[in-house]
Amino acid sequence: MTPQEIESAVLRILGTIAPEADLTRLKPDVPFRDQLDIDSIDLLNFFIAVDKELHVEIPETDYPKVATLKGCVQYVASALAVRA
Amino acid sequence: MAEFRMPLLGADMTAGRLVTWYKQPGDTVQRGDIIAEVDTDKGAIDVEVFTSGVLEKILVQPGEKVPVGTPLAVIREAAPAEQAAPQPAAPSPAPLAATAPAGPERDVRMRQAIAAAVTRSKREIPHFYLATTIDLQHATTWLGEQNATRPVSDRFLIGVLFLKAVALALRDVPELNARWEGGRVARSEAIHIGVATFLRDGGLIAPALHDADGQSLADLMRSFRDLVNRTRAGELRSSELSDPTITVTSLGDRGVEAVFGVIYPPQVAIVGFGRVVERPWSVNGQLVTRPVVTATLSADHRVTDGHRGALFLAAVDALLQEPGRL
Repeated sequence: MTPQEIESAVLRILGTIAPEADLTRLKPDVPFRDQLDIDSIDLLNFFIAVDKELHVEIPETDYPKVATLKGCVQYVASALAVRA
Repeated sequence: MAEFRMPLLGADMTAGRLVTWYKQPGDTVQRGDIIAEVDTDKGAIDVEVFTSGVLEKILVQPGEKVPVGTPLAVIREAAPAEQAAPQPAAPSPAPLAATAPAGPERDVRMRQAIAAAVTRSKREIPHFYLATTIDLQHATTWLGEQNATRPVSDRFLIGVLFLKAVALALRDVPELNARWEGGRVARSEAIHIGVATFLRDGGLIAPALHDADGQSLADLMRSFRDLVNRTRAGELRSSELSDPTITVTSLGDRGVEAVFGVIYPPQVAIVGFGRVVERPWSVNGQLVTRPVVTATLSADHRVTDGHRGALFLAAVDALLQEPGRL
């Protein structure tokens, strides 16, 4: 997957978690939690969906690395590259 | 014959509109089956039946709005032997359906229902409030160790430790797990924790996590996530709205450190948890930093007093010091 494809997939997942959010205005460097009205259950649902749809299981200790859109795309891209 | 009635789904519900019948006359129904959808101030709710038998006659058609308690259908009760041996239901024709209102109309009605409930609560219930700060060093360490070995779909949230600790602490102070009805307190044997859940388009519902004290932590986590997801998807069941025996509210995800809740009548207590924060903490005379949470209790002074409330919060604290036993 290209970084663009990963970003689209991450945004699609976020859209299912927070359907009311305008994701076109999501700032890539700012944590999701500071921009979207999401709670810990939403974040857990997000990580479960990333695992299911992108086949990347993110350990809890790496959650700080995937707190932003940019960080999340980079993390998933690296994980997929290591596997390839 | 038994009557299946419009259920009371919250202290201030007066009427509901039948949206869909999932069963038709002649169908077999088992206790616990969802047989209808009803539209209320809290959105569309799946309604369960509490009698096993055969649906004899439908009395209220989709689209009709009727007061709480109105018979909706007649059920011919199964003989005890039939109740013990469930029979498969015949395939049902496509359900008759009306459309539940959504959007602004539902939002206005939900806000009115919340307004009525909290106004009644503050008018009738003499609240008292307690707070304590709980050291979560053991709990967060244990959680990290557990989650390192669990697949992402089975990971625990700190919130589920809070829910289980509350459920177990209620065994020590059972008068907080009760309803105030007809001028007296009625304790509940079952511990059904109402989980205060915000809805994305505004509003708040606190459906019941049933028998929270008897579930393993893994089961409780699954039930908790399922309940919150179904609440937000508008897929609650009637019993989840009608039978919480106490409520837990957590605003830690919103950044606040403490929440002093308003009791949902006819319940007699609400427990609050704030955000987990690092704070200076004294351990054996040494100053260290520890993750801590502020736990609060709002309780009905007609039912109990500060001494018992303090024992309850102390029990929650003690349970969170031994997370492996939750």
